[in-house]
Amino acid sequence: MGLEAKLTDDGFFTTKLDAIIEWSRKYSVWPMPMGISCCAIEMMAAGDPKYDIARFGSEVMRFTPRQCDLMIVAGTVTYKMSHVVRKIYDQMPDPKWVIAMGACTSSGGMYRSYNVVQGIDQFLPVDIYLAGCPPRPDNLLNALIQIQDKIGKTRAKDFQDIKLPELTVLQSN
Amino acid sequence: MDLKEIIAHLLKENFPGVNVELIEYKNELTLRVEKQHIVKVCKFLKENADLQFTLCEDITAIDWAKRKNRFTVVYHIFSLKSKNRLAVKVDVDESDCSIDSVASVWKTANWHERETYDMYGIKFSNHPDLRRMYMPEEFEYYPLRKDFPVMGIPGSLPLPKK
Amino acid sequence: MERLTKDDVHPKILEALLDADTDITVDDALENEMILNMGPQHPATHGVLRLLLRLDGETVVACVPELGYLHRGYEKMAENMSYYEFIPHTDRLDYLSPMANNVAWVLAVEKLAGIEAPPRAQYIRMMVSELARIASHLVAIGALAMDVGALTVFLWTLREREKILDIWDILCGARFTNSYTRIGGVANDIQPEALAKVKWFINQYEENLDECERLLNTNRIFVERLDGVGVISAKDAIDYGLTGPSLRGSGVELDLRRATPYLFYNEMDFKVVTYPEGDSLSRYFVRADETRESIKIIRQVLDKMPQGDTLLNQPKKVLPKKTEIYSRMEELIHDFMIVNFGINPPAGDVYSAVENPKGELGFYFVSQGEGRPWKCKIRSPSFVNLQALPHLVKGQMVSDVVAIIGSIDPVMGEADK
Repeated sequence: MGLEAKLTDDGFFTTKLDAIIEWSRKYSVWPMPMGISCCAIEMMAAGDPKYDIARFGSEVMRFTPRQCDLMIVAGTVTYKMSHVVRKIYDQMPDPKWVIAMGACTSSGGMYRSYNVVQGIDQFLPVDIYLAGCPPRPDNLLNALIQIQDKIGKTRAKDFQDIKLPELTVLQSN
Repeated sequence: MDLKEIIAHLLKENFPGVNVELIEYKNELTLRVEKQHIVKVCKFLKENADLQFTLCEDITAIDWAKRKNRFTVVYHIFSLKSKNRLAVKVDVDESDCSIDSVASVWKTANWHERETYDMYGIKFSNHPDLRRMYMPEEFEYYPLRKDFPVMGIPGSLPLPKK
Repeated sequence: MERLTKDDVHPKILEALLDADTDITVDDALENEMILNMGPQHPATHGVLRLLLRLDGETVVACVPELGYLHRGYEKMAENMSYYEFIPHTDRLDYLSPMANNVAWVLAVEKLAGIEAPPRAQYIRMMVSELARIASHLVAIGALAMDVGALTVFLWTLREREKILDIWDILCGARFTNSYTRIGGVANDIQPEALAKVKWFINQYEENLDECERLLNTNRIFVERLDGVGVISAKDAIDYGLTGPSLRGSGVELDLRRATPYLFYNEMDFKVVTYPEGDSLSRYFVRADETRESIKIIRQVLDKMPQGDTLLNQPKKVLPKKTEIYSRMEELIHDFMIVNFGINPPAGDVYSAVENPKGELGFYFVSQGEGRPWKCKIRSPSFVNLQALPHLVKGQMVSDVVAIIGSIDPVMGEADK
């Protein structure tokens, strides 16, 4: 049986570090459900028994940004909310990805009005724009698979330019 | 005696000096009152044993743009006893853009009046907590006024830095 | 934990939260008293509601809800589009029951324009709004159970809800945002497959609801977390303008389907469910029992539904069917006129309200005889019901706040408009 069959002989196998990291990262994407409006209900539906997001290893929806690596912005972002969304995005650890779920987040959608941000890419880097108002849960799963493909293509050197915040070392006494 | 006559009769009896006007349109009754009498008329409508308009459903305003009295504040109230609805309308002019609050009569008026203030800029005197309802406190315009564009005024609402 | 700073809380909100004689600040918590920020991103606030709680130990002393994080400017947009164009927007008001909102909107417009849909269309409308009520209450029950720690029920109620969404899928081609109703009728007649699915659904629903209720009603943790929590008396409930299950949970028998009948509700035999206690548990009981009454109504609708047209034949007000537009000249002209100039209802103003799952959803129109409303006010039940929240949470524990929010069941889409 697959992996175990290989391991019985020597108990180890060789691979590239990049490959093993991307493989493990890919199938354990923890989403941050930034549920704002209607799309949030369809995002919930993606977690229910019929669509079952657990099949793709992403059922662990965490409501704290510090444990997540994928932010699903589901719903209309208003100017008042945009500051909150950005603050939560900033709190997520790197590497992180963003799905703009639905027409509102992608472009303002049907809300041509004074209080709706016409596309969250004005203040967030977006990886996947997901069409639909709201997108069906199947479509969200498709976006997740595409994010997994994208994760599969990342290499350690892609992150070399990112500056980590300086760690403050606590001195004892 | 139908509701229109009852209300007309009761108001005439209890408030002799107050001008009221009752209009019926599509089975809906509208009562027009002058601005200074709104609180006592509302209190009467709520507390009178024959009327009992205890449920205040909605308070909003209409911006007429070019008319003499620019705004009309509309109260929709419902009687649990007779299951009737009544609209109370009060004209407010832009030069004196304020009206007495009815939050002391119905507690629910609190948020409705805050919303009306947020959207039209009509000040409600004696309101317990007159803040903006939806828009940020720093926002200086009133979105539902007819001179405010649908797409807003560029730069009036800040975005976070990218 | 990041601490709340003065930049996060506007001084005016603080002013509303604190009394004149308290001297606690955001920055430093005293021994017992502190200010807790909850939301707008919080799993239990059902969307983007933000609460600022002033706590004394674990007891809530005061609470200030802060809305507007989902204010999309519906009323302004409605003033700039025709009555037809706004139908898809009503889906997104209370997005847990889009069908009921569609029905509410077209009923209001029909009242303004002085037209009435054919009987079959009205029966279909009644059926879909009752199904929407069931779908909405199922989410409310599941989310309430999830808020107090019972996750299984949520998955079970969502499973039932998916069945209703499947019916929508057959009925109008969309599972979530339906836009099914039209001014003067409905978009299309109900298909035999959809009808068969409705019959199948109502026959198996009650058994499945019993199953969910067995998990909850005999669950001591669930009952004790809700019993006697967030009590509001009948008098206060009316004073705060509560409607829907929140009002009936306080023992006030007000249901607009009975009080001011619309559609054919006056012909239907159903009970207005009330529970006298006024706490979170009774609000939950009202919801669960109401879905049973809805099933009863749907049964009667299916029995009584007449044959006939589903769209009114009044070319100046009602959009013709798409197939006719492509094949006949007259219909094409009417379609052009309605799409470009609107239906031009007579000048005047009307207020029309229906009993939505959350409470009374009202639309107030002021028409100046043009294709667009001069003013459109949306009286949304969630907005008004939320107003009672400070009253409900006062004196309760901080962990009860989530249970109380769940029992009011607000949807921020319509609360913020």
